[in-house]
Amino acid sequence: MKVQLFIDGQAHLATLGSNLAAALAGLPGRCSVSGQPRAALCGMGVCFECRVTIDGQPHQRACQRVVYEGMEVAREL
Amino acid sequence: MNPVMHGDVLIIGAGIIGSALAEQCARRGLRVAVAEAAIPAAGTSAAGMGHLVVLDDNPAELALSRDGLARWQARRHELPANAEYRACGTLWLARDEAEMQEAERKQAGYQQHGLSSNLLPATALRKLEPALAPNLAGALQVPDDAVLYPPVASRWLLQNAQALGAQLWCKAQVSSVDDEGVARLADGRLLRARHIVIAAGNASATLLPGLPLKPRKGQLLITERYPQRIRHQLVELGYIRSAHASDGDSVAFNVQPRATGQLLIGSSRQFHDTDPAINWPLLQAMLSRALEYLPSLRQLQALRSWAGFRPATPDKLPLLGKVPGHSRLWLATGHEGLGITTALASAHLLADLLCEQAPALDPTPYNPARFGPWSLADQHHPVGVAA
Amino acid sequence: MSSELHTDIAIIGAGPAGIAAAIAACAQGAHVTLVDDNPRPGGQIWRGGPSQAPASASSTFRQLADSQARLLSGFRVAAIPAPGQLLLEDPHRAQVLRYGKLIIASGARERLLPFPGWTLPGVTGAGGLQALVKGGLDVRDQHIVLAGTGPLLLASAATLRAAGAQVLLIAEQAPWSQLARFGWALKAYPAKLAQAASLAWQLGGVPYHHASHVLAALGQTRLEGVQLQLGARTLTLPCDWLGVGYGLLPNTELLRALHCQISQGAAEVDALMQTSQAGIYAVGEATGIGGVDKALLEGRIAGLAATGAAAAAQALAPKRKRQLAFAALLDKHFALQPAITQLAQPDTLVCRCEDVSHASLQLFDSWREAKLQTRCGMGACQGRICGAACESLYGWQGSGDRPPLLPTRLGSLLEPTLAKANPT
Repeated sequence: MKVQLFIDGQAHLATLGSNLAAALAGLPGRCSVSGQPRAALCGMGVCFECRVTIDGQPHQRACQRVVYEGMEVAREL
Repeated sequence: MNPVMHGDVLIIGAGIIGSALAEQCARRGLRVAVAEAAIPAAGTSAAGMGHLVVLDDNPAELALSRDGLARWQARRHELPANAEYRACGTLWLARDEAEMQEAERKQAGYQQHGLSSNLLPATALRKLEPALAPNLAGALQVPDDAVLYPPVASRWLLQNAQALGAQLWCKAQVSSVDDEGVARLADGRLLRARHIVIAAGNASATLLPGLPLKPRKGQLLITERYPQRIRHQLVELGYIRSAHASDGDSVAFNVQPRATGQLLIGSSRQFHDTDPAINWPLLQAMLSRALEYLPSLRQLQALRSWAGFRPATPDKLPLLGKVPGHSRLWLATGHEGLGITTALASAHLLADLLCEQAPALDPTPYNPARFGPWSLADQHHPVGVAA
Repeated sequence: MSSELHTDIAIIGAGPAGIAAAIAACAQGAHVTLVDDNPRPGGQIWRGGPSQAPASASSTFRQLADSQARLLSGFRVAAIPAPGQLLLEDPHRAQVLRYGKLIIASGARERLLPFPGWTLPGVTGAGGLQALVKGGLDVRDQHIVLAGTGPLLLASAATLRAAGAQVLLIAEQAPWSQLARFGWALKAYPAKLAQAASLAWQLGGVPYHHASHVLAALGQTRLEGVQLQLGARTLTLPCDWLGVGYGLLPNTELLRALHCQISQGAAEVDALMQTSQAGIYAVGEATGIGGVDKALLEGRIAGLAATGAAAAAQALAPKRKRQLAFAALLDKHFALQPAITQLAQPDTLVCRCEDVSHASLQLFDSWREAKLQTRCGMGACQGRICGAACESLYGWQGSGDRPPLLPTRLGSLLEPTLAKANPT
């Protein structure tokens, strides 16, 4: 089963029940303070590298959130 | 044991006051040593906001803060980038007409001393800071005020001093001083200098029992990075009432946009809480206050909160000058919440006194003799203490 | 849901230790609330909840489902506003949880150490990559290299292979002599030996190099390859993912905030799992890295002890000795080789939140001073990653934690019952 989410406005399909960091599949979700692209590192909510904006709320850890239909993700690049 | 160091000036404490003084003395060719009990710039200097602000509650405070700000402004291009100096200005916020009148009085005062400021009606204020609550009556903008990151600025001053030959003794806990220019360290070593300056903030009172210095607790909270939300240091006009409330706990709205995009949220004042842990009810009162002025803060994420202790004197003015009744022992402390703003001014003033030159500012209002005299730690009862 | 909850026993962390504690405490008739910041219970090892957990876990999950325990998934502990209270937050709400006793099953995280290129997207923890795959990451036909140390590398490789990845090789930093001694010592633990044999079976054909480590991750904006030290030779391999982890570290932030005694990075506990603070228990990886069997046992002991069944808890205590001996084996045989802490180059970032380089940190001699001068550890992870790295690289000990425990909405900190509960 798939759900449709939006990453920077683009529709993406993700497996129902997967977490957002997994769905992003290494796509950088943010830029570091010196401008480097970053993606999930620890996979378990500790490192904060996978932060993205979810439904307008910035700095959310993608690895701690399950995808849902209509989820709007904005990358912090 | 023979003293292990001989010099002109021994400064006890490597906070921003001690560091600024070390630099100023070294620039004048004095042989300087700084004894720091722990880590440079890690006490009150690291706990505050770093708001460089001219305060005008009395002429002496205005003179020192104005001189301090001017000296920072003059050196802003020398500061390292990570000292994060930004001339963002202060907006003194008025909630109603009564506070607007206060803003006008404040402006008249600034004007009298040749300081620029602009009265902003509500519409102009909203244009400058759209995140502010729409019901504010206006503000007084003081464009020359600035902000910086104190630990780095403080360390920079100390490094300048070291580059001019000043010695830094870290983990050098001074256990006693005398008027012969000898300081004894906790490990038994002795340091000797022509003059000793106690610039140890709240810890100064351990060397001079009875010093009229009380730690005044303050709490701050910093958010994650939210760039461009706020552009000025925002302070409520009621701040002065809170800052000068003589005793009880108080909070006042004070928010600073950091160069990182983080928002530093204050402020609180407490005399009787000596616990370095966060006082939750007061933190909540402080945040509630902040939300009245900036409702959109509610959704922002707090990263960290901490408490620090300002070294406060009974008249809110620092102690700069000789320890009363002593000839070689000096004080440079008691700046309460204005130590960052006034560090360079205080350093110049005290260096002038040490070099027996006439300071640019009248030193009388800051002279410790207005409270003294006190005896030294290893002697007996303190005498004539003003509480 | 009202904004304030009450419970006899609050359990933080719904991994094996927390679940076992909940089951035991519920069986004693206590009201239990199990809080976990993941979307589903199971912790890292049983990540993904009952549907994805191994058969061995299913009876545990069933007992949890049959119990009266209240499960708060997706809630993190934000702060400790007052004794006996926790402020919880999920993506939408904040709650105050008032408890009688507290059991902390906060689990562990990976020790992640800096090496050139470790900030590239595509480089993850070894357990981190396993967690992402359990969370749904598609790694079919992806080329993967795993490096670091400890049994987690094997477990992670098995998960990745089962998900269709091509695990190119595993680089274990421990030398053969240490590994052989570990293997020999495992004979005293038939169950662990069987797990190891089963992993080895699943990993048939994956090259396993000892005395080997990653030198650098290669790529411009994403991982493209890896440079490895394999024994005496170096090798460069193209790959899609690189998982590197140097063992596990107990999560102690909540314990520290509650002033529980920590020694050697883990909570100090007595035979009944009580910490130095009365009424606060610690179980599982939080008391020292020892795996799922130790976690289940400790959870049971604490669940019983916290509900007054001291005798039953006491009866289980001797079994723990054996688990602790196994934990000590892990520590000893997978100790880090000196080369591992010397991989960072001057421009390698150590603090990834604030982008602070190795060169700028080498100028200081304490965590506090480095933090004040460079912002190291001041970012969103609050030093969770770089704090451990600085300890390994420079020997620094972290200093006081500053609330909240995790980034928390200001609105949550104002949760109204908090102020009401703490009049001044």
